[in-house]
Amino acid sequence: MRNPAPVPGARMLALGEYRPARIVTNDEIAPQIDSSDEWIRSHTGIVTRRWADTETVADMATLAGEKALANAGVDASDVDVVIVANCTHHMQTPGASSEVQERLGANKAGAMDLNAACAGFSYSLAVANDLIRAGTARYVLTIGSERFREIIDPYDRSMAMLWGDGAAAALVGPADEPGIGPVAWGSDGARIETVQQEPTYMEVFHAALEGKALPPTALRMQGPKVFRWASYEMVHVAKRALELADVRPEELSAFVPHQANTRIIDVLARGVRLPESVVVAKDIERQGNTSSASIPLALSALLERGEVESGGLALFVGFGAGLTYAGQVARIP
Amino acid sequence: MAVSEQEILDGLGDIVNEVAGVSKEDVQLDKSFTEDLDIDSLSMVEVVVAAEEKFGVKIPDDDVKNLRTVQDAVNYIKQAS
Repeated sequence: MRNPAPVPGARMLALGEYRPARIVTNDEIAPQIDSSDEWIRSHTGIVTRRWADTETVADMATLAGEKALANAGVDASDVDVVIVANCTHHMQTPGASSEVQERLGANKAGAMDLNAACAGFSYSLAVANDLIRAGTARYVLTIGSERFREIIDPYDRSMAMLWGDGAAAALVGPADEPGIGPVAWGSDGARIETVQQEPTYMEVFHAALEGKALPPTALRMQGPKVFRWASYEMVHVAKRALELADVRPEELSAFVPHQANTRIIDVLARGVRLPESVVVAKDIERQGNTSSASIPLALSALLERGEVESGGLALFVGFGAGLTYAGQVARIP
Repeated sequence: MAVSEQEILDGLGDIVNEVAGVSKEDVQLDKSFTEDLDIDSLSMVEVVVAAEEKFGVKIPDDDVKNLRTVQDAVNYIKQAS
């Protein structure tokens, strides 16, 4: 038996994004949750978000993936693995990734969905990094894609205003030196009930068989508990990711945490004690919480606005239901 | 050494001022965090975490909802410290 020769590093070669055309204001959402534009802005930081129309998780992932491949100048047929990180694909099985792989023309690629909720992109980037460094794959297309409409109760006052739809992809390939740092990841399963889908598909299935009516299944969250965990515990994850990569905070160009709420981002950024020179991503203001798509979408927005430059270092921290978390330092493509 | 009620009230006043911009003088024992001081559930978490640090106590998630008034918080911290 033999294994392929390892390579010295991997890096993100290019990004691609898909933001749905429909912009949804707070005024549009406020009446259903007895709220106001002012309240939603001050409590979440969200000004507008984007909602998909008929686009599925696979549609958006395909469009973002196509752009990442075009931006990298790599042909789809050269991709070895397609990973679609998501928690909102409309089928339990098959996952979205096989459809995406087929539509992209990535005909030799393996395909898998990765559900680590809002930490999904950081998890998939860690997997891509190691697949490439081990020599298992040359190019891995990692995509975060989410469509929340069918999993959010539009009348839930603590949830309805938070979510947005969209996708962003990073094509990851080999490099002469590390371009993605070691991952600081984990899962705090003891807090599983703080963000979860209710009722479960199992309950919905049996209720349907027995002719009983159940409310639509939707994601529920114990906001303050999750806020505390995300704002304070994730400081340790961010610091650990820096330590593992042997990168000092002043070497960073950008801090790109999962975009869940500007108040989490503010407390977290304060806790990590970043110098003022580090740009803190706040894509949530215009995009809402797009779960596994939020980190690459936010990085893409920073690049587009010229707030960061290609080649700089970014610190990612993803966190979400599970409660899962993952952080790493990566070189900006 | 046990902290006095006045010291806890003083410390909470500073914390609430820092977290929510509420004037320290308004942070009195009979005040409700939500109704009188306009502290929402997330700001309350920030207050609690800052109080844990300042007074060296632990205030678990499930106890936070019982801290309705400033007096509740003072009592809790006094007992826990």
